[in-house]
Amino acid sequence: MLALPAIPLLALACVPLVGWGLRRAPVMAPWLAALPAALFLLVLTTPDGAMFSLPWIPTLGVELAFRLDGLSRLFALLIAGIGAGVFLYAAAYLEGHPLLHRFLAVLTLFMAAMLGAVLADDLLLLFAFWELTSLASFMLIGFDAHRAEARRAAQQGLMVTVAGGLAMLAGLLLLGDAAGTFRISAILAQGSTLAAHPAAPWIVVLIAIGCFAKSAQWPLHFWLPNAMVAPSPVSAYLHSATMVKLGVYLLARLNPAFEALALWQGLLIGVGTATMLAGAVLALRERDLKRKLAWSTVVALGTLVALIGIEDPLAATAAVVFLLVHALYKASLFLIAGIVDKKAGTRDAMQLRGLGRRMPITAAAALLAGLSMAGAPGFIGAFAKDLLFTVQLGVPRLLPAVALLVNAAMVVVAGVVAARPFMGKPMETGGVAKDPAVALLVAPIVLATLGLVFGMAPHLISAAIIEPAAGAILGRPTGIALGEKQGGTVVMTMSFAALGLGLLMFLGWRRLQPTLAGQTWLDTYGPDAGYGRAMRAVSAVAVALTRRVQGGSLRGYLAANLALVFAGAALVLVARGGLALPLPGPWAGPAQLALAAVILAGALAACRLRALFGQVMAAALVGFGVGILFLTLGAADLAFTQFTVEILAIVLLVAILARLPFHAPDARRAPERRRDALLAAGVGAAGTAILLAVLSVPFDPFITEWMGKAAVPEAKGRNVVNVIIVDFRALDTLGEIAVLLIAALAATVLLRRTGKPG
Amino acid sequence: METLLALLFGLLLAAACYMLLARSLPRVILGLMLLGNAANLSIIAAGRVAGTAPPLVERGAQALAAGASNPLPQALVLTAIVISFALTAFVMVLAWATWRAEGTLDPETLRRAEPPALPSTDKEAAAEAEARP
Repeated sequence: MLALPAIPLLALACVPLVGWGLRRAPVMAPWLAALPAALFLLVLTTPDGAMFSLPWIPTLGVELAFRLDGLSRLFALLIAGIGAGVFLYAAAYLEGHPLLHRFLAVLTLFMAAMLGAVLADDLLLLFAFWELTSLASFMLIGFDAHRAEARRAAQQGLMVTVAGGLAMLAGLLLLGDAAGTFRISAILAQGSTLAAHPAAPWIVVLIAIGCFAKSAQWPLHFWLPNAMVAPSPVSAYLHSATMVKLGVYLLARLNPAFEALALWQGLLIGVGTATMLAGAVLALRERDLKRKLAWSTVVALGTLVALIGIEDPLAATAAVVFLLVHALYKASLFLIAGIVDKKAGTRDAMQLRGLGRRMPITAAAALLAGLSMAGAPGFIGAFAKDLLFTVQLGVPRLLPAVALLVNAAMVVVAGVVAARPFMGKPMETGGVAKDPAVALLVAPIVLATLGLVFGMAPHLISAAIIEPAAGAILGRPTGIALGEKQGGTVVMTMSFAALGLGLLMFLGWRRLQPTLAGQTWLDTYGPDAGYGRAMRAVSAVAVALTRRVQGGSLRGYLAANLALVFAGAALVLVARGGLALPLPGPWAGPAQLALAAVILAGALAACRLRALFGQVMAAALVGFGVGILFLTLGAADLAFTQFTVEILAIVLLVAILARLPFHAPDARRAPERRRDALLAAGVGAAGTAILLAVLSVPFDPFITEWMGKAAVPEAKGRNVVNVIIVDFRALDTLGEIAVLLIAALAATVLLRRTGKPG
Repeated sequence: METLLALLFGLLLAAACYMLLARSLPRVILGLMLLGNAANLSIIAAGRVAGTAPPLVERGAQALAAGASNPLPQALVLTAIVISFALTAFVMVLAWATWRAEGTLDPETLRRAEPPALPSTDKEAAAEAEARP
């Protein structure tokens, strides 16, 4: 039973090993393909329904739980299988690249995260792996970090998928709360009861946002074509075959729980259809091979999402078959696009011509993949097309028309990407073009050939792969075997219509493309431009906020802090009903009242006087007044210390002031003074209220009484204040002396420094 | 008595804040001194004014008599007075050094450690910054 958790965790453990080992021995890179190949076999041999769980964060109920069923097996096989091909290809594609070890290490990390995500049986574990794939995608898109567009695309992909992930996390937490468990198998076992939960609409919308962002659904689809700046193996692996299907996976996974909700169906079918349409138009408009393929991936993802939203055994089967078909031909075509790019030096579909004679093997692989994509008879793509049309015809409204247009567009893409570059007269710049090394050819050929093999022998995968996966999406067995003819004559007609329309559009594509590309409003008002605007707005808001908060005015900082602290404290005091007066105690004597009047006068004078010297004297008056007040309160030691310190401070102040522009006034203008006075009055009032509230609490004399009793027997001192200072709290006093010393040292340093004004 | 102390505390606190916000460093220093006095009053008040006799143990007695004032806040305030003196003295020297180095005593014009101006927000500058290798 340890084989199951070993699949993702083994791959994860290999990540540092790959980075470290390949850095020392880059020639070993091709052998890394053995890792996904081994994992592929492991997935293949692990029995259906295998489970494993280990407490991870027990206090939160998060488990390291894994489970293998039909759906996760299909995904895991795709991840490991296509992974093996892509690893082999990547080692040759980036041969000699100084950062090859890093590339492959991140690719391994990605594979581990993907396997973890599709095998996880715990929602939060799934989320952790999910975000890990976003992170790996970020690093791989930005692999050519010296290019600004790569950095932008990497950031964009991360922002969109992680922002969606955040919404999804909220949805997953709500789901876990509603279901009472985070175990996916336990949630699915509750059947459709969850759909009736009051939080269900929120759960559905939030999770769907995360899945739509990850699977590039309109209007969050724009990051995917931009991600094509990544090296071709990344485009083939992450951005067509596996990662972008993770959103589809989660929707399929949770489909049995929510399929009864009209919101679920409407959301998935609506967004999926919009995505298909948008992707089809944009695919026709594109000239760059890889971006064109990316738009067609967007179409495929939209198709898959819409299929999941349609609650029908046929739809579930169609989704699974199309998922497999698409992964095979799209990965293959991306790898071929990478070869063409490398050998012919361009990815512009308008320029690429006649490579077929120089690159016959590549051309053959491209043809195989393209035929599967176009749904030619004999290929597994034909089954997919048949199923798709049958399902889409069953949903009246818009879907049949959309399906016709979209499928025609896919025929065009297949033609432009897989046939056109290899047909006709050889292009001028194609002089150096020739078939690449075997290592680059293996993966695209195998993947493209599988499309034909499965098409010829559907029983190879029907019962083992397709039916269990479709059953997991539906929540019950579908009873539909791959290879059974589904559609009637209507479907046949429609299929041929799509093919014919597609061929016509393909022949006219040279003229169609510029017309579409001329529609610049698609870019100006598209979501990509919106993303740019949003990002700039974020910067602008940040700058404006920083300018405001960090304006450079020390007084501003001080005023803000005072206002915040005292207003906050006063607010809490009032809100919690803390306003109170002290318990009645001894009255102030006439001498104390007189002293209070002196202090009051001194404080007011310090504020009101213009001349600095007068203000210094007023402050001194306050200091001495407080000192005498201490004396009347029985604090003789304090009084004498206060007098000494006050005299010292005044002497020092006058000595320093003699060296400063003595007559310089307070530069505050009248409005500033009024504002400051208002703030100061508020702070004073709040301070008084807080102190009064403190004084209203009964006093606990425990420590004081203990000190009064212990002073003579334990410390042999009769002046209790002295005893506290040098004995009970001696460390405190040591600290005080240290502060004094540090201040003196710092002052000395400052006094010694010679500086010139200005 | 305690209410009087609380009112005095508030008054001194307000005066100190008003001075701390002044656009003249010597007045800020005076504000600091007033703030120290305010804080000390609050500590004394928090220790309550039960008795007013100095906290001395009578000769022959073993413990403090009932009418004595609370010695603990006094000890704390004693420490606080000395520390606020150290702070005030240091800040005075700092003000003098500031004057020598910057030629101004107005805190509003002391901006050397503050960003003079933040990066521009307009599109071209952003694009330029993004395109920079």
